[in-house]
Amino acid sequence: MKPVLEVRDIHKSFGGIHAVRGVSFDVRPGEILGIIGPNGCGKSTLFNCILGQLPPSSGEVWLEGERVTGLRPSQLNRLGVSRTFQLLQVFPKLSVRENLILAGQEHRGSMLSRLLGPGDAGLTPDADKMIAFFKMQHLADERAGGLSFGQQKLLDAAMAFMAGPRLVLLDEPAGGVNLTMLGNLKERLKAINEEQGATFVVIEHNMDFVMSLCSRVVVLAEGKVLAIGTPADIRANQAVIDAYLGH
Amino acid sequence: MIPPLARLWQPAALVLAIMLLIALPFGLERYGIYILSLWAVTTIAAIGLNLTLGYAGQISLAQGAFVGIGAYTAAIMTSAGWPLLVALIVAIILCFAVGWLLGYPALRVQHHYLAFVTLAFSTLAFLVFRNEQWLTGGIYGIFGIPRPTIFGFSTRSAQAFYYVCLGALGAVSLMAWWLVRSPWGRAFTALRENPLRAQSLGIDTRRYTLMAFAIGSAIGGVSGVLYAPLVEFVDPTPFSLVLSLNLLLMVIVGGQGFFFGPFLGALIAVLLPEWLRFTKGYYLIIYALVVMLLLIWSPSGILGILDEALTRRKTRRASALRAAARPTLDEGRAP
Ligand SMILES: Nc1ncnc2c1ncn2[C@@H]1O[C@H](COP(=O)(O)OP(=O)(O)O)[C@@H](O)[C@H]1O
Ligand SMILES: [Mg+2]
Repeated sequence: MKPVLEVRDIHKSFGGIHAVRGVSFDVRPGEILGIIGPNGCGKSTLFNCILGQLPPSSGEVWLEGERVTGLRPSQLNRLGVSRTFQLLQVFPKLSVRENLILAGQEHRGSMLSRLLGPGDAGLTPDADKMIAFFKMQHLADERAGGLSFGQQKLLDAAMAFMAGPRLVLLDEPAGGVNLTMLGNLKERLKAINEEQGATFVVIEHNMDFVMSLCSRVVVLAEGKVLAIGTPADIRANQAVIDAYLGH
Repeated sequence: MIPPLARLWQPAALVLAIMLLIALPFGLERYGIYILSLWAVTTIAAIGLNLTLGYAGQISLAQGAFVGIGAYTAAIMTSAGWPLLVALIVAIILCFAVGWLLGYPALRVQHHYLAFVTLAFSTLAFLVFRNEQWLTGGIYGIFGIPRPTIFGFSTRSAQAFYYVCLGALGAVSLMAWWLVRSPWGRAFTALRENPLRAQSLGIDTRRYTLMAFAIGSAIGGVSGVLYAPLVEFVDPTPFSLVLSLNLLLMVIVGGQGFFFGPFLGALIAVLLPEWLRFTKGYYLIIYALVVMLLLIWSPSGILGILDEALTRRKTRRASALRAAARPTLDEGRAP
């Protein structure tokens, strides 16, 4: 099967810091790919290069057989790639439902229809479905800024799935989320993967979370791929144990 | 649950305000009607700036220049015999186009840099009004700007023209209301609050930034088109940087990003100097003090104070809801 995403030999330097040093991997349709690695090993930078937030110093990104290197983030999003950021990024003054509508509206109709058409771009039913899926019905009309941190992280993730994307990149979706909320999040991510066939890439620190959620895992260290494989492969990989799991 | 009566107070207040605005001229003298018309015209300009600054978060010190462009367009065209409506259309197109171009710097610079770019434009426009005598009459300006005749009704009287201004304010308000409730309004808010996240959600922040400038400027032009026949005379003085700064102040004092902020801000800016006239030369000092105190108290303006109070109430309600839902969400297992 043709990979959804191909990352080919991405490099990224910030002045003297060589943050990403030739990373290549692909993402297969329907899979959940995990990316792990110690703090500062270049995971977020890699995401930003894939998503057009940062221009890679060299290397290419291909989306379903099309070269998309250098496209703007909004263009990539409209091609069906969505993301979350490592730091929580919901719109605190908008309600939960409005946040979700915002996440979907640019995928509907034209600029003109978004001006002259209905205020919700016809997305209220979709938003409410997503709200129900993430079990936040009682919070639908609350301002996002008033939710607990865990609920905001859940909303942040839900927004990434709102437009029915081909590919979602989640940067530490579980970061700072308490244990019970974590279970809830993992279970919802699994469900969305199974029910909607959503393909996604997850950067995560929490080893148990990644190992139990992902079909394959990429281990990064100092900007390079140390290993790629199933969670079982990774657990057994001596280089990974030495470099990362060991401590 | 909110009792239905509490939800009715907003539409009720709105209807009351509209009725008051319609009835007011009957109890006012000529000058009072003029001040009220000036409020309506100023509010229109402030509504435009509120879209650019309040909703889309793009600072502009050029709104006064667009009022000027609108006013001169109306003055020049109606003096040459064109109907005001044609001048209105021309001014809207002109200000939209110039506003769009002025938006380009905003794609590269933000905040105080953007303020300086727009300030430079404001100065440039003023110099054109003053120096291009062949077109604008220079420092002598343009006299005898006629008030329009609409469907056979002359609007020469202060009262009749007040209703023209009020009608225009109503129309502009409705359009602005529609805009901020549309996906565009939501995209503007996203642009203001977090452009990075907005982009990642597919929002073409470049296009929306340009649109925010263009639309805000076009509305500024509408204000100017009404200003010229209201005062029946234009010269460069009212369209200096001072007007842009005043409009900025109105939007901020009223509450930027709040729909009724410009109405309130313009009301204070237009009425307060009249009410404080008895203080002779001190009124500007008092006005400045009031504004400073207000902004120290609440940087988000008068409506910001109200909104905070409402949000506090809502948040209390939300945490009550959260507490009620705790077993399934914060601590519980997924059902
Ligand atoms: N915008 C930037 N400018 C300079 N250095 C950066 C920038 N972003 C990241 N870095 C550096 O690149 C390295 C990788 O960072 P990052 O990708 O955030 O790591 P991770 O997400 O794996 O924790 C770090 O050394 C970080 O300091
Ligand atoms: Mg990171």
